This record gives sequence, C-alpha cells and structure tokens, in this order.
Amino acid sequence: MVNPTIEGKRYPRTSSYSVGVEKLREFSRATFLPEKFEQPIDGTSILVAPPTFAVVIQELSLKQVLSDTEAALDFSRVVHGDQRFVYQRPIVAGDELTSELVVESIKTLAGNHLVTFNTEIFDATNQLVCTAISTLVVRGDNA
Amino acid sequence: MPEFEKLTIGEQVAQKDFKITRDSLVRYAGASGDFNPIHYRDDVAQAVGLPGVLAHGMLTMGISISPVIEWLGDPGKVVDYSVRFTKPVVVPADGSAVLSVTAIVGAIEEDRLRIDITTIFSGSNVLGKAQAWVKP
Repeated sequence: MVNPTIEGKRYPRTSSYSVGVEKLREFSRATFLPEKFEQPIDGTSILVAPPTFAVVIQELSLKQVLSDTEAALDFSRVVHGDQRFVYQRPIVAGDELTSELVVESIKTLAGNHLVTFNTEIFDATNQLVCTAISTLVVRGDNA
Repeated sequence: MPEFEKLTIGEQVAQKDFKITRDSLVRYAGASGDFNPIHYRDDVAQAVGLPGVLAHGMLTMGISISPVIEWLGDPGKVVDYSVRFTKPVVVPADGSAVLSVTAIVGAIEEDRLRIDITTIFSGSNVLGKAQAWVKP
C-alpha cells in the first residue's frame, strides 16, 4: 500500500544526469522512431530528445520514493495510471538535468490508492525544462 | 513540415501500425531503465495476477507519439503530451502484439494544435485521452 501522510512531501533534488547522444538514439529506436531522428534535424546541430524521454529523469526521482521507508509504497502492486509531460523547451543531447519530486496528492478510489507525483526537471542553469506528472495506482488488498 | 493553417478539426495527420515483441520490451527496458520484471518474465507477471507479460505503459505512450513526430518532422515540437493507461497490452513470448495508432487534429489554437491519438490493441483503445499539444 502507501502511507497517505506523505501527501505534500518533497524529495531532494537528484544528482545531475548527462543526456548522451547514444542514449537518445537508443531511446528513439526503442520507441520505434524512424532512423532519421537519430540525427539532428536538418539545419541544426543538436540532437533533440523524444517527448517521453523525460521519463528517464522522472524515474530517478521516483526511485527516491520507492526506497523511502516512510512512503511504504508497495511497488509490486503498482500500475501506471496516467502520465503527462509539459515542456518549457525540448531536452537535447548535452543537457545536464536534475529533478525534484513532490507528492501532489493521494486519493483512495474503490480500495485503490491513486498517488500523483509532480516532478520538475531543471537544466544546468536551474531553468525549468519539463514538468512530468505521473499517477500510480496502488492496488488494494482486494483489488 | 506540415502547413498548420491548412488543417481542419478531425483531419487525420498520421496512421501507423507497430508490431511489439518480447524483444521490443527488453529493448525498451534497457533504453528507459525500467526493469520491472512484469515486462519480461511470465512467472512474475502471473504471480502478481496479471493476464501475462505486459508492455510498459511508457512504451505504448512513446510508440503512440512516434507517427506524430514523423509527421511534424521534429520531436521538439511536442510541448505537452498526456495519456491515461486504460487497458494492458499483453505481449506473448512467441508472438507479437500490434498497436494501431491514429492521430487526428483535435483542436486548433492561434499558436498551437491539439493532436488526439487513438491506440488500438486487440480491438480496444489502450490509451484514454491521449493528447499532444504541438507547435508549428
């Protein structure tokens, strides 16, 4: 299950993640993007990440919650409910990103807990790049 | 690059089918860092009461925006993308699962468009309210 009193809890800023060219290419291939997106767009010199790549950074913040004994989040009972990415600018190769997660809400619905996380992703100059909003469904004992 | 001013609401901008195998799931696990075993081990999936090994929801989300990116010509033009995961995508050990993705124009604003995405697997839409706001 999950401890409902962690609603509002903010987790520490993650250490920096370096966005690498080959990692972006691997992610593009894994999400079935055509090969041409493994190179910078014509007329540009920097490789742009696909919009769901921010999940890699979100995951680093989520790991803090999963290893937090106070949160007591039972990962084996978790399914992904919904996901959203809101971009201020695209993530690009060479970015050094950190993230900070807050537990936005915990709701109970039909014996399940719906836990919504808001993860802000920042670049090396501490500008907001992307906000990732994720709801996990923690299935109850009888669900 | 598509000419946004010529588009109309309801117009289809992309359609593509994707065949997912266990190989695709392992590849995505490595690329994303999500190594939850329900996405590659039948025994674990069964033990937690799932109908089988499932595709990562985030893989389905990533695949579903792929034809839209292809249409736009630039992944950086997607400024807001959201989905609900409504149905699991079961991927058999010895076969494949086909996702059929259709994207239409859902709304037109002055400086952005909303693309509405439908992702059909085995006759059902597996994403709810899948919407991407894109810039020209």
